[in-house]
Amino acid sequence: MKTQRIDQAAAALPAKTKAAVYEGSKAVHEKRTRLLFDHYGDPDRLRRLAGEIKRHVVENLDTYLPAVEARLVANGARVHWAATAEAACEAVHSILRARGATKLVKAKTMVSEEIGLAEYLEKRGVEALETDLGEFIVQLDHDQPSHIIAPIRHKNRRQIAELFEKNGLGAYDDEPGMITQRARQFLRHKYLEADAGLTGANFVVAESGRLVVVTNEGNARFCLAATRCHIALVGIEKILPRDRDLALFLNLLARSATAQQLSVYNEFVSGPRARGQPDGPDEMHVIFVDNGRTEVLATECRDILRCIRCGACLNVCPVYRQAGGHAYRSVYPGPVGAVLSPLLLGERFPEKADLPKASSLCGACNEVCPVDIPIPDLLLRLRDRAHGEGVPSPGTPPMGAWSLLATQPAAWRAALAAGRILNHLPTRLIPVPALRAWEAKRELPPWRGGEFRKWLKMRRKEQGRGQSRPE
Amino acid sequence: MLSPGRTPIAGRRVLLMATCLCDAFHDDVAAATVEVLEHLGCEVEFPEGQTCCGQPAFNGGDWAASRRVVRHTARTFCGGDPVVVPSGSCAAMLFHGAALEFEHEPDLGEIESLGRRTWELGDFIVNGLGVGSWPGRFNSAVALHRSCHTRGTASGGAVALLLGSIAGVRLVEFGEAEQCCGFGGTFSVGFPHISAAMGDLKLDHVRAAKPDVLVSGDTSCLMHLSGLAAREGIPIRTMHFAQVLRDALRRRA
Repeated sequence: MKTQRIDQAAAALPAKTKAAVYEGSKAVHEKRTRLLFDHYGDPDRLRRLAGEIKRHVVENLDTYLPAVEARLVANGARVHWAATAEAACEAVHSILRARGATKLVKAKTMVSEEIGLAEYLEKRGVEALETDLGEFIVQLDHDQPSHIIAPIRHKNRRQIAELFEKNGLGAYDDEPGMITQRARQFLRHKYLEADAGLTGANFVVAESGRLVVVTNEGNARFCLAATRCHIALVGIEKILPRDRDLALFLNLLARSATAQQLSVYNEFVSGPRARGQPDGPDEMHVIFVDNGRTEVLATECRDILRCIRCGACLNVCPVYRQAGGHAYRSVYPGPVGAVLSPLLLGERFPEKADLPKASSLCGACNEVCPVDIPIPDLLLRLRDRAHGEGVPSPGTPPMGAWSLLATQPAAWRAALAAGRILNHLPTRLIPVPALRAWEAKRELPPWRGGEFRKWLKMRRKEQGRGQSRPE
Repeated sequence: MLSPGRTPIAGRRVLLMATCLCDAFHDDVAAATVEVLEHLGCEVEFPEGQTCCGQPAFNGGDWAASRRVVRHTARTFCGGDPVVVPSGSCAAMLFHGAALEFEHEPDLGEIESLGRRTWELGDFIVNGLGVGSWPGRFNSAVALHRSCHTRGTASGGAVALLLGSIAGVRLVEFGEAEQCCGFGGTFSVGFPHISAAMGDLKLDHVRAAKPDVLVSGDTSCLMHLSGLAAREGIPIRTMHFAQVLRDALRRRA
């Protein structure tokens, strides 16, 4: 019996990795829930409010984007529009080239992962150094992030200590404080050497043109403070209407992402260094990246564009906990990734059309989502789309025969009676793949097809009532 | 995400949707549902033409096939009487899933009206009929698994309220209760490894709480969990809450 790729990946996941993913995800999820319910009487109302605000933004991007551009330009920033991943990489590169820049320090941005920026720049002779600790470790190990907030959820500290030793960052020491210390020592003077700093933005406020960059390590602040040129890569869906919306969103983001009341460093950047300001970059470029988002906007899955990349749906997801992030073969793993990753592929959707199947549809992702995205509904929509496009789906029994049976009561009742053969035949002799997959892990209860109907007829007879409502 | 505006309960008549799993495997759950509803004074009708709610194809991604079955179900359960189903999952299919797959169909209105009068059993008893306590006795430590399709609905609280009110019942908490059991319909056969790993975790947590019986409002979760336990040689007793209510009635003083 062929099973799904993500199931195979989960089966092949080393026990240590699985333990790291499971324990890490569970711990953050449980702390998140405690914190939200301790601090707010009805956190669900906050999630719904935030969801409405983001829905409003997504449905009005056509007016918000020009508005935000005008604000940013008025603030002295330069705004670029990138329709594709290549265009976005090219935009970054041409800004660097114009300055003769060859060294870039990067804060963590998922869009840069999405467009493959570091690789693009390295091929063109630009060093693009990750400064977020997790991303730094991923880069050092030529690995891929496995979580959108915790890129090295799949690694334990012993693996990191070995990696540092191999790369000349000091003799083996897996004490977390020491690991951080060593990365910090290495990175400190890299900031000073760099020609430009690149960040993402968690939010961009339309009314003020304010970019908000949230970190827990202060690395985005270093990227901004030590370089003369700030480049911000921003997905077009990152807009919030008003500055005051940040009160809601920063509170929800920190609690949902890392179970903190507030992230440690919240940068508010409205433009380049203004006259009279003592420091900060002289140039600020904001590159708005589409890369498939307007196509998503045109589908019935546009709600996924509300996502603020907190990772709460990954942490709570039982499938993510079993399979880890790499199983999703995408920059965005977990429930949000299972929706977003295939959609961002556009016409190449079938390549990742299996991802929406990687869910028991338990709904935990929707329950924790700070912007109340109906993720299970979107997964279902994509399953229907995949079926419509004829993408094969191992493990899903064909539904045509079943729907025929289930619309003809006489045939249905005959099948209920015929099913009894299951009680007398070993499953290996029954050529139904779904049955075998079931029995690979579980016993099937005895078939009792039609027994209830018989019982009810007897009961009605005893009660002196006839059979009500025949067909 | 699932609580719709409901059609109020007018008369005593209810239409029982037994579910395909009860039709094929768990006849006693359907029988218990009949006894429970009759105890409450309901006139239970069982439309003979019923088959399945349409969920397997809906979840499997074949919405066209699913809609055929949902239309059949809507015809079979036509009229204005409430439809009561001993499954949070089938109920959610009819009041949420069906509306989603019919959003561009001309008969969306009929499907939505079926959804508005479809009730999960516990929700029907507590919020439809306004019954908040249950007579009789059931001497057991009960671990209640709240099935995933009742998230965001009134069913989880309703079932807990009813069970907790029965003399002799002690509800026991267990770890990671918000996590799925791993069934997920076709997920259980497309992702057998992950599905079983999820089920094993659930069984570990439940067994650590040492209940006498694991109870749920969905036979599908129980079929998966008891099937896993049987395969692994783990002794665990499972019951649908309708069976608990029925058994409690039988032990009335």
